[in-house]
Amino acid sequence: MKNYFKPAVFLLCLWPIYIITFQIFYNKLGPEPVDRIINHFGEWTLIFILLTLAMTPLRKITKSLEWIKFRRMLGLFAFFYASIHMLSYVGLDYRFDFEPLIDDVLKKKFIFIGFSAWLLLIPLAITSSDKMVKILKKNWKKLHRLVYIISIFGVLHFIWLSKTIFFKPLVFLIILIILLLLRINFRKFNLS
Amino acid sequence: MKKFKHSEITPEKIYNKRRSFIKSMGYGLSSIAFSSVPLIDAKASNLNEPTSYQDITTYNNFYEFGTGKADPHRRAKNFTTRPWTVKIEGEVEKSLELPIEEVLNIKSEERILKLRCVEGWSMVIPWLGFSLSELLNKVKIKSTAKYVEFETVYNPEEMVGQRYPVLNWPYIEGLRIDEAMHPLTTVVTGLYGKTLPNQNGAPLRIFIPWKYGFKSAKSIVKIKLTKNMPNTAWKNASPREYGFYSNVNPEVDHPRWSQKTERVIGESILAPRIKTLMFNGYGDEVAHLYSGMDLKKNY
Repeated sequence: MKNYFKPAVFLLCLWPIYIITFQIFYNKLGPEPVDRIINHFGEWTLIFILLTLAMTPLRKITKSLEWIKFRRMLGLFAFFYASIHMLSYVGLDYRFDFEPLIDDVLKKKFIFIGFSAWLLLIPLAITSSDKMVKILKKNWKKLHRLVYIISIFGVLHFIWLSKTIFFKPLVFLIILIILLLLRINFRKFNLS
Repeated sequence: MKKFKHSEITPEKIYNKRRSFIKSMGYGLSSIAFSSVPLIDAKASNLNEPTSYQDITTYNNFYEFGTGKADPHRRAKNFTTRPWTVKIEGEVEKSLELPIEEVLNIKSEERILKLRCVEGWSMVIPWLGFSLSELLNKVKIKSTAKYVEFETVYNPEEMVGQRYPVLNWPYIEGLRIDEAMHPLTTVVTGLYGKTLPNQNGAPLRIFIPWKYGFKSAKSIVKIKLTKNMPNTAWKNASPREYGFYSNVNPEVDHPRWSQKTERVIGESILAPRIKTLMFNGYGDEVAHLYSGMDLKKNY
């Protein structure tokens, strides 16, 4: 039974791809298809980052080690969707026209912070293998704490690009705050 | 894009069919293979072709019904638009309260005008309407009147978006009096030859084609002539981002969106962005209103 668990979660993680494929082939992307694709993968990136961040608290709450097995996969999916998100923006929306793109990255703070978050995800994706964990030893954990900064950048990216914080950006912000607060508390527990 | 195009429109059904055919072709071929058409030289082949009725009526911003662009269509279905009165008051000799039927008696004509949203997308809409000046001529405006303020109805029972402090309700918009009297400033009563759908601002809205879409207030109950510049909703929410004038201007970037280009609603995935034109293409008609003004400061 447990052997099937990981592949099942993997297939489930491809959900955003199923949705968008369906919408592309059945002409359901709506009046602004490019915008729809960019936003779709942007939102799913944030969801996967939050899911990744939820594994450690879930392990502590349920006292089950099972959760942590999925952390790497979820994190890599976050990077995967972040890359599609960025690529669709660069390729579909701006057609690899780098002049306005560079202008955007430098002038628009939400793009700057979003792009930074994606850059920071790269070293984490590269060092995600078991081999790298062994090579980096203690530094691995330090390096992978970058995910806290990435998650904050990601949510700020969403807040800043929205005309108002209501409602989706606010929901992501609240969940992120809860996930980060849970960590502070746990460390206190460990000390006592 | 010139003013009032009374040109023939493709019958809606045929038009939509053709559009969806082109769309599905586009999707079939595309998604991975990006077109290599350079952005800067890109020109829309069919700028004067109206956006489909479907897109106009299911994809728009009307925060009174929610912040999603599909919300107005879903949530405005049972919005009450009768009885309805429009007050014209403020700096006028005698204020006036007009039943909506009387306003709708003013002869409407088809005006195919382009809408450019501050978010960076545009539509071409065959509105039905008449110049606001025709309505304002029903009252005697005092010489002290410098601005015109539009107020949207406050009805949180039916407008669920108004239950949340997204903006200061009711929605206020405004124009300088000469802008308001310009023949292109249109009181909208319908679109595609039909009564104005609830989600597009029934029973009565304003449309100013050379300004970003949010300047065009919907479901108006009050038109007030004022001495001072109205405290408009979006300027109030974020003065750095939204100015009082909010003329379409590719030279002035919104802090979050570049205004140099725009995406045409209803185009396929392969369609490139098009260049945004000064005053949304209505410069010949309206540029004189701003002669001598620094439009970078007065954004």
